[in-house]
Amino acid sequence: MTVEIRSAPHIKDDAGVVKIMRNVVWSLLPICGFYVWQYGVSALASLVVVTCACLAAEEFFLRLGRQSGDLGDWSATITGLLLALTLPPGFPLWMGAMAGFVAIGLGKAIFGGIGHNLFNPALVGRGFAQAAFPTAIATYTPSFLPDRFTDFIPSSLALPFMTPADTASWVAGLNIDGVSGATPLARWKFEGVIASNWDLLTSLSGHLPVGPSPLLILACGLYLAYRGYLDWRIPVAVLGSAALLAAALYPLNPQHFPDPGFVLFSGGLMLGAVYMATDMVTSPVTPLGMWLYGALIGALTVIIRYSGGLPEGVMYAILIGNAATPMIERITQPKAFGTEPTKETRA
Amino acid sequence: MSASDNTPQVDAAAHATPTFTLLRALSVVSAICGLIIVGSYLLTLDRAKDNRRLASERAVIKVLPDAKSVKPWLALANGDVVPAGEGDPPTGAVRFYAAYDANGHLDGVAAEGAAKGYADTVRVMFGYRKACQCIVGFGVVSMRETPGIGDKIITDKDFLANFKALDVKLTEDLAGLANEVKVVKHGTKAQGWQIDAISGSTVTSRAVGKGINDAAQILLPRLVPKIDRLEKQ
Amino acid sequence: MSESSPLLAPPSTWEEFTEGLWKRNPVFVMVLGMCPTLAVTVSAVNSLSMGVATTFVLAASCFLVSALRKLIPKEVRIATYIVIIATFVTVTDYAIQAISLDLYEALGAYIQLIVANCLVLGRAEAHAARNPPLAATMNAIGMGLGFTLSLVMIGGVREILGAGAFFGFSLFGPNFQPWVVMVLPPGGFFVMAGWLLLFSIVRRRAQMRAQENERARAAAETSGACHGA
Repeated sequence: MTVEIRSAPHIKDDAGVVKIMRNVVWSLLPICGFYVWQYGVSALASLVVVTCACLAAEEFFLRLGRQSGDLGDWSATITGLLLALTLPPGFPLWMGAMAGFVAIGLGKAIFGGIGHNLFNPALVGRGFAQAAFPTAIATYTPSFLPDRFTDFIPSSLALPFMTPADTASWVAGLNIDGVSGATPLARWKFEGVIASNWDLLTSLSGHLPVGPSPLLILACGLYLAYRGYLDWRIPVAVLGSAALLAAALYPLNPQHFPDPGFVLFSGGLMLGAVYMATDMVTSPVTPLGMWLYGALIGALTVIIRYSGGLPEGVMYAILIGNAATPMIERITQPKAFGTEPTKETRA
Repeated sequence: MSASDNTPQVDAAAHATPTFTLLRALSVVSAICGLIIVGSYLLTLDRAKDNRRLASERAVIKVLPDAKSVKPWLALANGDVVPAGEGDPPTGAVRFYAAYDANGHLDGVAAEGAAKGYADTVRVMFGYRKACQCIVGFGVVSMRETPGIGDKIITDKDFLANFKALDVKLTEDLAGLANEVKVVKHGTKAQGWQIDAISGSTVTSRAVGKGINDAAQILLPRLVPKIDRLEKQ
Repeated sequence: MSESSPLLAPPSTWEEFTEGLWKRNPVFVMVLGMCPTLAVTVSAVNSLSMGVATTFVLAASCFLVSALRKLIPKEVRIATYIVIIATFVTVTDYAIQAISLDLYEALGAYIQLIVANCLVLGRAEAHAARNPPLAATMNAIGMGLGFTLSLVMIGGVREILGAGAFFGFSLFGPNFQPWVVMVLPPGGFFVMAGWLLLFSIVRRRAQMRAQENERARAAAETSGACHGA
């Protein structure tokens, strides 16, 4: 009998990189579909352009550096789709393409290609976009606009290197009551208005300018966890620590600190917890490490949101978590069997 | 540096340099260098001074556009107001500029204020007119605020409109401002002495308000009783 | 990199001059003087001014170090070099104040910090201290120009993307969308990294080509020898 010795995760399956990645892409499709239903052609164009930019960058850097890997491993596709989902739907397409190129180039290729990257490539791309185009990336538009399947959001079609059209006046010109481009997080941070949890969870009611529904992301994440393609510990740790910290702070000052539900369902926390923090390359492999890593990300998200200058903090929290991963793995290494006879072997 | 650049191999013990040689070398080098520095200082002194004067004049004219000539003054700690001379001002003195129109009449007074912004100290220049007892112009002397966010304070029209007539009246006894200059949340300006912040650049907006307030609180009580003295120049 | 060995003839003045431009470019090959390289390269004009200032300090210091090299005992050489470099940095500081105050404020403390630029002390110690004034000065000017060129290459990209202009001339018109990150410190790192990547790719390609030629020639010689035998 052959005994196979492997580190976690122990998947009794023929799962390889390609199969896992393909399943992640499938699980992303309903989320992308919903996103397109929310925002129409602009969202569709954004998804397509950003993903194509990621694939083109992947091809370019594979040829340039003669690295291993190929477009068929779906990893660049995932990066592109995730990156597009974290950008506002009306984000100018040329900026989206730049972000995609940077995501692959700076996030993955310079570290040596697939499996070698230190940071989640999609978030590196988003981080670059945040630093380069701080105004455009904070400009959201209302969802479920009546003409969304025929009309682009004007900022989408900005010419390369040119300032996008002003969406605020465009939204005002639509004459729809109670509609604004401020995200629920921005309204909480700058105006002190807290949206209802149920609206945030489903993203269905009104014209909330938000990303895809957290409920849908949770469902797709459950499918992936059930199939064993992501480790359930990380999302649970991220969401759990964010909720715990929010619940601990909420009673101190309910006017200033939102309730835990708002923290969980607003912004990109759900997408980050389920799809980005769980990236296999940039998260710890030890179970204890996963708990620590997830808890760190959740707590940092709440801290950055509450005390930072910007309303959202998930991206930086996950990037810091990625940076801490090697250290977390070092302190949570299981001891080799037999080296410490007096202690129980730790998980 | 590549490996081939190592210093020449000299046997240290065999070539111990006498103290006199060391001293001579250092003295010669210091003498040459001293000459070069003093020479270049003398050569550039006038030009550098002119540049400084022009730069401050330009900054003053930006906040008081009608000014034709500018003179530096000092408001001393004892309440006296004297023309600024050469050299360092005495401690506690506040430097300001009197701006005169084409006929030589006093147009207004400009002074600098500074406060901590988001990245670094924001130094602002503001223009004051006696007639309305208000601040009529505003400019940034130096800042390192985030481009596209904090630096909106020099481009945002709504924000600049705050400084068309910002109320800085003094109290009856001329001891301080009747109303502190205050930065309020965007869209809530209700009083003449309030500054409407730029939404999204609150920290920088506040720095501007604090810089103006702090400078005005010190300068105006000293200046206003003696402001006619500027006119005679 | 081929190095002039003591057995060969000393490098010509032209070789001294061109060394710093490409073969031993201070920024992209030796990676020296990173502080001003990353800090002041927000625009092409700033980069050019910083480069010219450094070139002047470098050339003048190397000339004086070289001229006085017989007089300076090695025990006090570093102190002497620093005094000389500091002198010319002070001269530059005064000169820039006299030329333009705006430029002076834009370059800020980095003018004074030229004194701590290891490129200058490195050249004084490694080259000027053991070469005659002409060779030392030519080498220093070459190094300075290489430094200037590198700074302008970084500053140019940062200005084009960060302000849509090159040397102050608008390239894209008023609707240009500035890439804010490019005028912030991370932009310096990004652009620097991009150029380093390009330089190393070009060098690696050249090396591989040289190796292949070498191998082909060796193969030809062996076969020729066989035929001869």
